[in-house]
Amino acid sequence: MFDTLTDRFDAIFTRLRGRGRLGDAEVVEVLREIRVALLEADVNLAVARDLIERIRARCTGAELARYLTPAQQVIKVVNEELTATLGGEALKISYASKPPTVVLLAGLQGSGKTTASAKLARWFRQQGRHPYLIGADLQRPAAVEQLRVLGAEIGVGVFSEPTDPVAVARHGLLEAERLGRDVVIVDTAGRLAIDQELMDEVRCVSATVHPNYTFFVVDAMTGQDAVRTAEAFHQALQLDGIILTKVDGDARGGAALSVKQVVGRPIAFLSTGERVADFETFHPDRLASRILGMGDVLSLIEKAEREYDGETAGQAFERLQAGTFTLDDFLDQLRQLKKMGPLTGLLSLMPGVPKEMRDAKVDDRDVGKIEAIICSMTPLERSDPTVLDGARRLRIAHGSGTSPTEVNNLLRQFREMQKMMRGVGPMAKLAGGGRPGKPSKSSKGNRKKAKGGRVTPSSRGLGPAR
Amino acid sequence: MTLVIVLVALAVVLLASGGLVAGTRRHRRSPALPTDGAAPQPFTVPPVSAAPQPETSQVLGEQPGRPVLRDRLGRARGLLTGYFDQVRGRKGIDEATFEELEEALILADVGVTTTARVLGDLRAKLSTGVLSATDPPALLQALQDDLISMFDGDVGSLGFADGDGPTVWLFVGVNGVGKTTTIGKLALREVQAGRGVVLAAADTFRAAAGEQLESWAERAGARIVRGSDGADPSSVIFDAVQHAASRGAGLVLADTAGRLHTKVNLMEELRKVRRVAERPPGQLTEVLLVLDATTGQNGVVQARQFAEAVGVTGIVLTKLDGTAKGGVVLAIRSELGLPIKLVGVGEGLADLVPFDPAEFVSALFG
Repeated sequence: MFDTLTDRFDAIFTRLRGRGRLGDAEVVEVLREIRVALLEADVNLAVARDLIERIRARCTGAELARYLTPAQQVIKVVNEELTATLGGEALKISYASKPPTVVLLAGLQGSGKTTASAKLARWFRQQGRHPYLIGADLQRPAAVEQLRVLGAEIGVGVFSEPTDPVAVARHGLLEAERLGRDVVIVDTAGRLAIDQELMDEVRCVSATVHPNYTFFVVDAMTGQDAVRTAEAFHQALQLDGIILTKVDGDARGGAALSVKQVVGRPIAFLSTGERVADFETFHPDRLASRILGMGDVLSLIEKAEREYDGETAGQAFERLQAGTFTLDDFLDQLRQLKKMGPLTGLLSLMPGVPKEMRDAKVDDRDVGKIEAIICSMTPLERSDPTVLDGARRLRIAHGSGTSPTEVNNLLRQFREMQKMMRGVGPMAKLAGGGRPGKPSKSSKGNRKKAKGGRVTPSSRGLGPAR
Repeated sequence: MTLVIVLVALAVVLLASGGLVAGTRRHRRSPALPTDGAAPQPFTVPPVSAAPQPETSQVLGEQPGRPVLRDRLGRARGLLTGYFDQVRGRKGIDEATFEELEEALILADVGVTTTARVLGDLRAKLSTGVLSATDPPALLQALQDDLISMFDGDVGSLGFADGDGPTVWLFVGVNGVGKTTTIGKLALREVQAGRGVVLAAADTFRAAAGEQLESWAERAGARIVRGSDGADPSSVIFDAVQHAASRGAGLVLADTAGRLHTKVNLMEELRKVRRVAERPPGQLTEVLLVLDATTGQNGVVQARQFAEAVGVTGIVLTKLDGTAKGGVVLAIRSELGLPIKLVGVGEGLADLVPFDPAEFVSALFG
């Protein structure tokens, strides 16, 4: 979703990376570029200005650390400010001591309230709660019908009646209590913030059900207007959080940044797809990293810690550098990687992966083929692929159910990878294109690592691996 | 296969250094959400008190006659007016003037690139003496004229087929922009104009989209052809065209499921829908991209992707009665040359009006 903003920052910082020092002129240029990037990402003008000012103050201030390159300094500052703007921690739902916990959803027409209601209900069920849906959108034709269909799909009861929204809410709440449901989600009709009558109506609904949480549902594609709308809703309803929808598009999500900043309430959930399961809690720090092109490294590392055997990875890396990485090592790593989930998802999480590759579809069936090919080799062949003549390749192709072309492809690409990775340390490239293997550079890299582990540098070193 | 290999290499490199990162960053990780050990209880859908579809009509279907855009937008006035008043009140034109204009245009979602281009033209006019540096009102007028002229040649009317077969208008767009509602309003307009209208409910994906369109069909007095949920949308349109042809109805309005332009497979599906809609006896004359006025700069991307996939012939800008200015259509017009055909300015059946550049631009100016 934030790819385009990521690309912008990438472009700016790629240019910066070649420079030794960051002078005033550069700061001005970078800030201008960042401003354009933010505005093109639909970050609200006032919010962008505020953010730029804070970044300017810190970039020209005295707090620049000597051990970072200019690009890293700026990235660090921008990252921290973005994270601050997006809000500290993820929202934690606390449940009402006397159930049910009532959640009210409001927003503009077409922002995705009805779908979000159902997704939220499903999420609550996963948390072990017993949710209940109230369809108080009597405005849009068939909105209640939509909620019923979704409710049936996720196995959550839906209440509605053709009276008026306030009555529906009141009766629905009573029904939920009667059924012993502990979470009630109220879906309301979409409305314009300037439509006084409808705003009064949703205020009445809110006063009737006394929501513990009022969420503002906003489309990630919204432009400058997001802030005005959010302010108006906040005034009327006292929002507790934001649900950002349609995040699976390529909108740059500036609306998220702005609404969060102006309303001062956290983004609670992201709606990331068309299926009811596509719904997740929001992690501001991870998102800021993503905006900066650093990938969602934290998620990746969490996964890795769970699934990956760090020791073998370290050994494999050493062999990779030394050029003694064998097909056996490769198979080992591939299998570990497989445990972490579909490879397409992994690619998009990795920092420094170029855009074309991030979007590329990795066919997970290829993994199976590769496994089969390697498994059809003898131990000798695996450790020394040079012995593979035509007859052996044909045998492997037969044995693995593939074709000799595929075997050849794998071998060629494996060889190329070996060649590229030889001597490329994770830190060697990061210090601005330093020559790999130079001791001075690597010690610089180590210092950097010790200083707080910027992820970007190591990832930048991946560039040549392509 | 290449990707897989690269991926493994990446992972190895990343994780070798990743351990460190995790070590230093662990404290910043957000706490995991409480995961209740208890498996979710299986639910039975409780019997719901029978509730027929509510038909609220208090805001629908009254007051015919063409609503004037400016009246509707009047409610949202004053958001940008301040900027222009400030410019108007100045004695001369300087850098601050341009900054104010820039902010106003960006707040209206016109976008950085288009704003820069428009203001660049104005600067050129100033430096060549076409505009006087002491006459801010003339500057504003020139800006308005420039913006209006961007829409030169646009007509707010929709095309009909010359031959015998039914005319087909296809509606596309991302989720939640108001495709179905737009079709409902257009159906009424065309029925009132004496045309036989068939609605094709080809949104077979979203829950209850067909029901929504059906209730519009009832209101408008149009026929509707529906498929079962999850049916191939192309087949629904095919049936609708056949139905229209056999009944002698002149117009088919084809609804499609909202889809994000980034979903490759769904865009492919849309291409097929278009191919089927073109098939005789149907004659496809309009492919309309429905765009929500609150959309920001992503609107340009949407327009580009949909235009590439299905050859969009025009844009319907909806929800212009809110505080959003819909300035992104200026960016779309200037970058892609797509004409704006209709604007939606309210929830009433009659609140869909032909696009008028002068009206739109003056509304933009608050």
